[in-house]
Amino acid sequence: MRLEIEDLRVALSGREVVSGVHLLAGDGEIVGLVGPNGSGKSTVLRTVYRHLRPTAGKVLLDGDDIRDLTARQAARHVAALPQERGTDFELSVREVVAMGRTPYKRAFAGEDPEDREIITTALEQVGMAADAGRGFSTLSGGERQRVLLARAFTQRPDVLVLDEPTNHLDVRHQVELLALLREHRRTTVVALHDLNAAASVCDRLHVLHDGAVVASGTPREVLTSELMAGVFGVRAAVVDHPLTGDPLIAFDHRAPADVPVVA
Amino acid sequence: MAVLSLRRKQDRDTSAARAGLVAAVLVVALVVLLTVAVSLGSSSIPVGQVWAAVGRKLTGAAPAAGTSDVIVWQLRVPRALLAAIVGAGLGLVGTAVQALVRNPLADPYLLGISSGASLGAVAAIVLGAGAGGLLGLGLSGAAFVGALVSFSLVWTMARRGGGFSPLRLVLAGVGIGQFLSGITSYLVLQTADEQQTRGVLFWLMGNLGGAKWSLLAVPAATVVLVGLLLQSRARGLNALLMGDETAAGLGVDVARLRRELFVATSVLTGVLVAVSGAIGFVGLMVPHVCRLVVGGDHRRLLPVAALTGAVLLVAVDVVARTALDTQELPVGVVTAFIGAPTLLYLLDRRLEA
Repeated sequence: MRLEIEDLRVALSGREVVSGVHLLAGDGEIVGLVGPNGSGKSTVLRTVYRHLRPTAGKVLLDGDDIRDLTARQAARHVAALPQERGTDFELSVREVVAMGRTPYKRAFAGEDPEDREIITTALEQVGMAADAGRGFSTLSGGERQRVLLARAFTQRPDVLVLDEPTNHLDVRHQVELLALLREHRRTTVVALHDLNAAASVCDRLHVLHDGAVVASGTPREVLTSELMAGVFGVRAAVVDHPLTGDPLIAFDHRAPADVPVVA
Repeated sequence: MAVLSLRRKQDRDTSAARAGLVAAVLVVALVVLLTVAVSLGSSSIPVGQVWAAVGRKLTGAAPAAGTSDVIVWQLRVPRALLAAIVGAGLGLVGTAVQALVRNPLADPYLLGISSGASLGAVAAIVLGAGAGGLLGLGLSGAAFVGALVSFSLVWTMARRGGGFSPLRLVLAGVGIGQFLSGITSYLVLQTADEQQTRGVLFWLMGNLGGAKWSLLAVPAATVVLVGLLLQSRARGLNALLMGDETAAGLGVDVARLRRELFVATSVLTGVLVAVSGAIGFVGLMVPHVCRLVVGGDHRRLLPVAALTGAVLLVAVDVVARTALDTQELPVGVVTAFIGAPTLLYLLDRRLEA
């Protein structure tokens, strides 16, 4: 399913934090949303999974405005992994994953064999089937993220939206999680801080700066040393990754770029 | 805890079956305890005679000679049923409020509703016939009006800035609750009448002594209706535990669900406190303990919490009525004796984990 965002504007407490964003994720594409802190990445994503209502503009699924759907209908197309990471309540891994069936179930309806099948499959896909009975709050950060991804899979979504899914994970767990996105590929929009991860995982990148998209294209087109200086305010050289051939951004961690050139 | 480790080793299919088993055990326990509660008292009535008396009443047969039929039917049965209804209601309200403010150690009285109800009731007692005659409200009526007043205040405060966020709800509830409690304390201090002060204290501690048949219908209906509403929102409650954004992503209308929950739990709290005073700890403890046994899924948790609350409060009321020879204890004193150590144990366990 194709996701398009047209001239999206969002105001929070009277301040416009997203001003006229255009974004495209083609069917089956993994699209990265990158940009400095406060550039509006999470806000854009929140309008896609309908936590926030845009002040203007549209989120389109295969050309249909997502606002014309009910919340439940929308949740059958779009599944989200927000930055919220947990719960103090005694929920088991399986109970968390089973929540993904929420948009398909009527009040008082129990789990049918199809639900159970979908839940089991999702647990297997993320490699957590053996942990179904464990308490969610006892999991490590990497395990939690995999379980939350399984929950998103049980929504059987056409579009997956992830907000910084690799935050606070060690490198191995970052690689594992991003590999899962590619392995079970569907239209995906993912906000990422790690530009090198974005460069190797995403088919297309949109760069946000102060609530507007300032660059769009393949990672190689978008990630340039000019953009690193202008948008991120750092000095960097973009080279070829010696192992994968993907763009590799080599940052100068000693000092920021001295004259930010606004793109 | 043994129950917990047992649960973690099992898969969900068996765990649903176990929740059913737990519920069945609780139903049996409730029937047994209700019988015991009716049987025990200042004059003990044998269990067989209890059911015989109830049977005579239900079939319309002539009552047996003597006072035991009257004691059973007019005094003890309504009181035991009230304990079960209030206990079930507190179990439900506690479960829902904990999900609403996303804190497993939240109390149904956290949102200030009970403080309003207490103020209403105390005002009726202290200002006496003058105010009681006012609008022809009884004690329960005055308490419910008080609950409505505090509900309106908390609603107004909590919804400013849009949406009932857990933090706003708790702050508004605690703030307004404290304010209303202050007025209640002032009223109590103003009374010179010792008998009245005693009555107030008894009421504030929670008390099922006012039970009579005519008082049961409203709380029973409210418990059933709110219970059904909550059960129909069980998946939404589960989603709320993970966070508002996750819930929105699962297709839950979070703002509307929070409104529904706040109204439903407030009405039920108001009705419960109006008939029984503010009985502490049940609404806090019951959901927590039930979560350890059947897990956090509200589809199972809500009915089990209602049954557990009913069982617990019927048992507690038996203790409250029979522990001392000379006088009856307020149920709130007994729940506090049982509840406080349980809470401290749970807290300790939680902080260790």
